[in-house]
Amino acid sequence: MSERVPVEAGVFTWPADEPRLLGSRCTNCDNHMFPVQDTCPRCSGGETETVELGRTGTLWTWTVQGYPPKSPPYAGDADPKTFEPYGVGYVELPGQVKVESRLTVNNPDELEIGMELELVLVPLYTNDDGAEVVTFAFAPTAKAASL
Amino acid sequence: MSNEDIAIVGIGMHEFGRHPGVSGMDQGVIAVRRALADAGVEWKDMQFAFGGSQAAGAADTMVSKLGLTGLQFINVMNGCATGGSALFSAYNSIKSGMFDLGIAIGFDKHERGAFRIDTKKHGLADWYGASGLALTTQFFGMKINRYMHEHGISDSTLAKVGVKAFKNGSMNPMAWRRRPLSEEEITQSAMLSYPLTQYMFCSPGEGGVALILAKASDAHKYTDTPVFLNAAVVRSRRFGSFEVMAPHLALEHGVGPTVDASKAAFEMAGIGPDDVDLAQLQDTETGAEIMHMAENGFCKDGEQEEMIALGETEIGGRFPVNTDGGCLANGEPVGASGLRQVYENVLQLRGDAGPRQVPGDPKVAYTHVYGAPGISGVNILSR
Repeated sequence: MSERVPVEAGVFTWPADEPRLLGSRCTNCDNHMFPVQDTCPRCSGGETETVELGRTGTLWTWTVQGYPPKSPPYAGDADPKTFEPYGVGYVELPGQVKVESRLTVNNPDELEIGMELELVLVPLYTNDDGAEVVTFAFAPTAKAASL
Repeated sequence: MSNEDIAIVGIGMHEFGRHPGVSGMDQGVIAVRRALADAGVEWKDMQFAFGGSQAAGAADTMVSKLGLTGLQFINVMNGCATGGSALFSAYNSIKSGMFDLGIAIGFDKHERGAFRIDTKKHGLADWYGASGLALTTQFFGMKINRYMHEHGISDSTLAKVGVKAFKNGSMNPMAWRRRPLSEEEITQSAMLSYPLTQYMFCSPGEGGVALILAKASDAHKYTDTPVFLNAAVVRSRRFGSFEVMAPHLALEHGVGPTVDASKAAFEMAGIGPDDVDLAQLQDTETGAEIMHMAENGFCKDGEQEEMIALGETEIGGRFPVNTDGGCLANGEPVGASGLRQVYENVLQLRGDAGPRQVPGDPKVAYTHVYGAPGISGVNILSR
């Protein structure tokens, strides 16, 4: 198996069997943010701490990216001949924040507001060194997938 | 409502669409010349200018074509609210008593296809764009999907807004897309960002608009049909709102900048939504027009389904929306788009809108823009 590398350091825990997104918590008002940021947009406070966000949540809203994004900035397959649509949604992590993410499901019939999801890593592209670059996505949990 | 403040006394527009070989800046220059002619004044009479584009250069360089008169020219760059911000600035320049006559200018020229987002300019890291999340179209798909889930708006209603836009556009010689489309054609076009199809989205385009403003007490020197600018407001987002290009949203939900801008504008003008005869509302896609009807106070959430089925937002309906075809039929040259809405409202209030003239002698007209990273601009005009 070829080497795997994250799309960018500091976005999710790495390496990890069960990855988690890295966010921030405001030490003044408990507001949670993603990605990591050092000030709080809720209370304007200037002190935050880095936290691992929950790895399961529910789908708050979603769409499907149906056409190849412009590249750059997109690093995945943007060739109209081979492009595969991908799901995008906001996933509500209980007690923390809603995060924007790719979804592993791209079929509208299999996506539903409120469904349970968990964090996974998905291949994005192969870099010049031959390593597989991965980014994060949410996938239906085993429970949700069996419904 | 007081008409004793600011008047729009001249309007000029360069056709929206695609214009190979004509720079965005030159489309702005042509719009300025047409506005000057409309007001019967010359460039040397302009005491100030506020102008901007997103992708077609610094507006103040156009003085080398219009004339080096030494006027105060300030560049404005505020995303989709660039035009609204230029107008706000022009409004206040006269309102303050510092100037009597000046101009607001917006123009643009974008490459084909969806906007290419420079994530760094939006304060976002590279992984966001690399991972395929830096697309404004995704936001619109997700916002209307949630709204439909909560408020019972149907796919058919999404398509009907498009049918109206292209029908209105077919009556507008300045519009880009002037071929009427059927509900079926719109529904069956390519699915770009579920539940929104290709013809439910506007496209980045080209064009220019210029508006000449004067002290209301001077207005009749320039025109027999002055239109008064009663409110000009720009608002950014507050905590808890759901905005474009947001890697996270708060759990707690708050109103967006459109609600705030709308309330402030109505307060400034001293009127309410029931007093408005027609409106141009940001329709980046058909769902946006539907949601913005409620966010601007013109109906309650969910009422749009019946209003649109009854044709109430058509020209000739109870409350016409996007009478010039909106962004859908005109495209969206970012710097010019907000001023295009004001241009259309001036035509409507003058009674000069030709085949798309709103009947019943409209007296009050409303404009609203929305864009990244969560900014809204509202203007209220009357005569």
